[in-house]
Amino acid sequence: MRKRYATPALVATGVALCLGLSACGGGGGGGQSADSGGAAGQGDAAGFNAALEKVVNPSDKKGGTLKMAITEAWDSIDPGDTYYALSWNFSRIYGRPLVTYNPAPGAEGRKLVPDLAESLGEASDGGKTWTYKIRPGVKFEDGTIITSKDVKYAVLRQLDKDTFVNGPTYFGDYLDLPKDFKSVYKTPDVNTDSAIETPDDQTIVFHLKKPYAGFDNFAATPATVPVPKDKDSGIKYRQHPIASGPYMFEKVEEGKQYTLVRNPNWDPATDPIRKALPDRYELQLGVEANDLDNRIMSGDLHIDLAGTGVQAAATATVQNDPELKARADNPTAARTWYISLLSDTPPFDNVECRKAVIYAADRVGLQNAYGGQLAGEIASGLMPPSIGGWQKLDLYPTGTGDVAKAKEALAACGKPDGFETTMTFRSDRPKEQAAAESMQQALAKAGIKLTLKGFPTSEYFPSYAGKPAYTKKNNIGIATNGWAADWNDGFGFFSQIVDSRVIREAGNYNLGVKSPEIDALIDKANLEQDAATRDAIWGEVDRKVMEGAYVLPAVWAKGLTLRGKGLTNVFVTGAYDMYDYLNLGVE
Amino acid sequence: MVTYIIRRLIAAVLMLVVVSIVTFSIFFVVPRLAGVTATDFANRYVGSKGATAETVVALADKLGFNDPLTVQYGRWVKGIVAGSDFDTGASIEHCPAPCFGYSFITKTPVWPELLDRLPVTVSLAIGASVIWLVAGVSTGVLSALRRGSFFDRAAMGVALAGVSLPIFFTGMMSLVFFSYKLGITAPGRSYTSFVDDPVRWAYNLILPWITLAFLYAAVYARLTRAGMLETMGEDYIRTARAKGLREPTVIVKHGLRGALTPIITIFGMDVGLLLGGAILTETTFSLPGLGKYAVQAISANDLPKIMGVTMLVAFFVVMANLLVDLLYAVVDPRVRLR
Amino acid sequence: MSFLELKDLRIHFPTDDGLVKSVDGLSFTLERGKTLGIVGESGSGKSVTSLGILGLHKGTRARISGEIWLDGEELVGAGVEHVRKLRGKKMAMIFQDPLSAMHPYYTVGNQIIEAYRIHHDVSKKVARKHAIDMLARVGIPQPDRRVDSYPHEFSGGMRQRAMIAMALCCDPELLIADEPTTALDVTVQAQILDLMRDLQRDFNAALIIITHDLGVVAELSDDILVMYGGKCIEYGSAEDIFERPEHPYSWGLLGSMPRLDREPTERLLPIQGSPPSLINVPPGCAFHPRCPYADRTAGRSQTEVPELLETHGGHRVRCHLPSDQRRGIWENEIKPNLEAS
Repeated sequence: MRKRYATPALVATGVALCLGLSACGGGGGGGQSADSGGAAGQGDAAGFNAALEKVVNPSDKKGGTLKMAITEAWDSIDPGDTYYALSWNFSRIYGRPLVTYNPAPGAEGRKLVPDLAESLGEASDGGKTWTYKIRPGVKFEDGTIITSKDVKYAVLRQLDKDTFVNGPTYFGDYLDLPKDFKSVYKTPDVNTDSAIETPDDQTIVFHLKKPYAGFDNFAATPATVPVPKDKDSGIKYRQHPIASGPYMFEKVEEGKQYTLVRNPNWDPATDPIRKALPDRYELQLGVEANDLDNRIMSGDLHIDLAGTGVQAAATATVQNDPELKARADNPTAARTWYISLLSDTPPFDNVECRKAVIYAADRVGLQNAYGGQLAGEIASGLMPPSIGGWQKLDLYPTGTGDVAKAKEALAACGKPDGFETTMTFRSDRPKEQAAAESMQQALAKAGIKLTLKGFPTSEYFPSYAGKPAYTKKNNIGIATNGWAADWNDGFGFFSQIVDSRVIREAGNYNLGVKSPEIDALIDKANLEQDAATRDAIWGEVDRKVMEGAYVLPAVWAKGLTLRGKGLTNVFVTGAYDMYDYLNLGVE
Repeated sequence: MVTYIIRRLIAAVLMLVVVSIVTFSIFFVVPRLAGVTATDFANRYVGSKGATAETVVALADKLGFNDPLTVQYGRWVKGIVAGSDFDTGASIEHCPAPCFGYSFITKTPVWPELLDRLPVTVSLAIGASVIWLVAGVSTGVLSALRRGSFFDRAAMGVALAGVSLPIFFTGMMSLVFFSYKLGITAPGRSYTSFVDDPVRWAYNLILPWITLAFLYAAVYARLTRAGMLETMGEDYIRTARAKGLREPTVIVKHGLRGALTPIITIFGMDVGLLLGGAILTETTFSLPGLGKYAVQAISANDLPKIMGVTMLVAFFVVMANLLVDLLYAVVDPRVRLR
Repeated sequence: MSFLELKDLRIHFPTDDGLVKSVDGLSFTLERGKTLGIVGESGSGKSVTSLGILGLHKGTRARISGEIWLDGEELVGAGVEHVRKLRGKKMAMIFQDPLSAMHPYYTVGNQIIEAYRIHHDVSKKVARKHAIDMLARVGIPQPDRRVDSYPHEFSGGMRQRAMIAMALCCDPELLIADEPTTALDVTVQAQILDLMRDLQRDFNAALIIITHDLGVVAELSDDILVMYGGKCIEYGSAEDIFERPEHPYSWGLLGSMPRLDREPTERLLPIQGSPPSLINVPPGCAFHPRCPYADRTAGRSQTEVPELLETHGGHRVRCHLPSDQRRGIWENEIKPNLEAS
């Protein structure tokens, strides 16, 4: 799912722009040395990076108001219409999906645990049929018992992409839906048992068109949060989603604030994973980014909901203040900032020419362009380390550029004197511009001459870099890019960016990875039932992408995040690489 | 006089029509001429990475991007005049006039949101304008009367700083110092409705007021000083003194009255513009007013919101213009309205 | 003691360029019911003198010394507030250009009412009645309607009448008129001068008329004081000045005076050169650079400041030329020339 940063697709919504910018602003201590070893620790409760591996400030104390804020609104609080990591993380306080991620620090947090369901999905029919049992006695905020039919309705309603344009399409792609089914609103009477069966109020059975071993990840999306049919008001449901979790919406003011209070019909006996500590949540939208940082530092706010990390100004403050630093973490994100090499644009149809670019690039310069060591680690592969199956690759040097090797590759490509090509970047992102300028300088040393062209984020993929007709016509060979995993596994990260079969007329994020070998590996991984083997295949995909020199990875992103004063049960979950919102409390 | 007002009102309506056409052109026509297709447009509003081509096309249809531009414009105007209908998926909802359409993103009707944001902006504008008018004009008067004194130099120095320092800087610094360090003022994003609690309302807004007023007070102090220096040199001031008037009467009744005319003009325009949203102040203090609304709408490319807020700003500016013209005639008897 | 007496009045303004000696040792006396004309070019110090008498330089950077006695009271050393209370009541002033001298935003009536009520504790209604009476007195038709008009709605002559009404509304004993007719055309000028003469007679006030135009004071004044470079250079009765002027500068003024008995198309006889700088006053006689007779003083004009000396019967002249020589020049050279032209 979407990480804290705006993903390319998000960017297309425009909402993401600000998230993207704040992401860019985060951790901007360009070139400064990160003291990631911790220090300035004050007892057990705190310390730099303390929340990465353990629970900071564990507590069971109930009460208080948890104050969150975000610079911009996200797409929607309707669980069927959202595609942001922060939202998937946060929505769990008011909605219970079938399964969810284990509320635990680090890698433990990537494990799936049952939530509304009694246990994880039970696969049959070679991974084509998945069965879940709903816990008995779980109620909506109005006291109605939640049944399997509410989950079925929730999953089916969000398939109406005319109404809900934001959410992912996994269920639509995989469920074996009848041909005449259009949407729950337009064809309410069509029998959909071929896709989802509810033999009784407790049981729900999903039937897939093709086997998929990681279906529990689908079941962990908010799409499975139950929605009562008689309360569904289509696009207006977002004005008050009905709670199944411990909190329900008190007030929804779009673009201003959301407040949540305890849901009297939530029964802790049905919910082994939630502590439900605060009495109340206050969530402010549209808070100015620097003010948000200042308020967390001063103790007026508890957490930045976006989880993207603080702005450049606060980065400096935090680094120089031991008290603040003890409240900060520098987690890696399942996000890679990289540079696509467009294999359809000559001479990049030749792998050696692509390699020449990777050899010539100044990797340290790129790291600085993206904000320095606190903002990202120099990437040796496309896949970020928090994805299962990650392995350290060592195919190319990661120094300041190897001109000799670049020239060798150029000779092998038949272009010993270099060549000229155009590089695009998102003009409203200063870091991408800096990256493009670094590339221009570094490549010039090897004789590769770059012309730089910037385009606005909202048009970047729909009209320029992601539109093959445009890139071919305009000799665009290099383009800045960036991607975050939908969820932390290979499919969640790779499916949209290395599979050549997803390339469309426009709006692509895969700008040049075209390899039948990689496509075959993706299919193989999707069929593999064993998680470890599957992860290994994804690791192989990463290696193939790098061997084929389709991309030049710049950095694996990191953010400098702050734990608010008095916040309890804080830890960074490996599922989202941000603070886990499930069990936070206040002192 | 009545004819004058009627004529000006008609002109104001025409002006709003022109503004609407220009705004519409900027956001709908120009991109199309630049080669952005209806689907490209729709793509901005699809959140899904995996959104299928059909979803995008369907959305383009739903948002009306495939219709001729004149039809799109006409539909928008018709909504304002007569209201329009909206498909929520589950049902059809009617949006009564004036309907500025539904947000492309949050799918909420724009007009109630504008009305919801308006009190914040009005509170900010009114409070700040009172402060800056009083502070700016009195500083300007004192500076003019003590021209060249330490007070004059200091005041004009501060005024220069006020004019040059950007609000996001002064605003952030004052928040950090007064709200977070000293804790004597409200933190960012504090707003209480005047109706709910007038004291809290003022307490929450005092910092934004002063920050915004600082900028304007600086301008007004300089204007007043220049105006006072000019009027205090006028013959009629000498006459007033020769009549034996007390000096304060001379300064206020005769001097300030003359210097105030241009200030009233600018004041009217400034307040009119501010009613459309103090973009920087609202952003810096995270106040959910029209300015912040506009910024959010623009960064999200949410065209109905952008159009709505633009029209509202235009309305305020046009009305402020009219009011200033009328006020001018009251203030300066030499002006006659025809 | 005289009603008004100035003794060695000096008004100096410090500026960045130096000390401006606008008025530099001026003395004269004036009785009730009498009229003094102060004549000089612009910058000669006549307006500064009048503002000085009213005490309007108090509280500014001007340095004032000497004495001003008004009805037995010394004003130079008097308190600001005390002098303010005299202003408008005991002494009033009529200014040059009534369009700029009256406040454009207040009605004529309001401005008169305001002037009246500062010195009289009466209701607005009574003050308004008085204002209408005053407007009627100065010859404004339909005063009960015109009282609510703004200055810009009046003609030039009417405005000056209104200005006079404002100055006279508190029965001042000393009236100073600074270029009262300069902004008006010739026929209106005559009317205003007639009005002032009538009013002065009625009010029995002491009147000072300040002008650059000898023609204006010719018929009105009892005495005439000619100023040059901040100093009095000739003083005498109107007859003295017009029939027996002795200072070359006065001759120049007479030569440049437009007269009703002359054809307006005829050329005037202007004074050569320009008024002296008040910062770097020429050494010796301030008029010597422009004086055609300076070479007849054996160099004293350039080095020695002449004294204001009485020639006969109160007629005083500040000139190095011997008195009989001056009379000779006037009788033989100037007078025939003026009459011939």
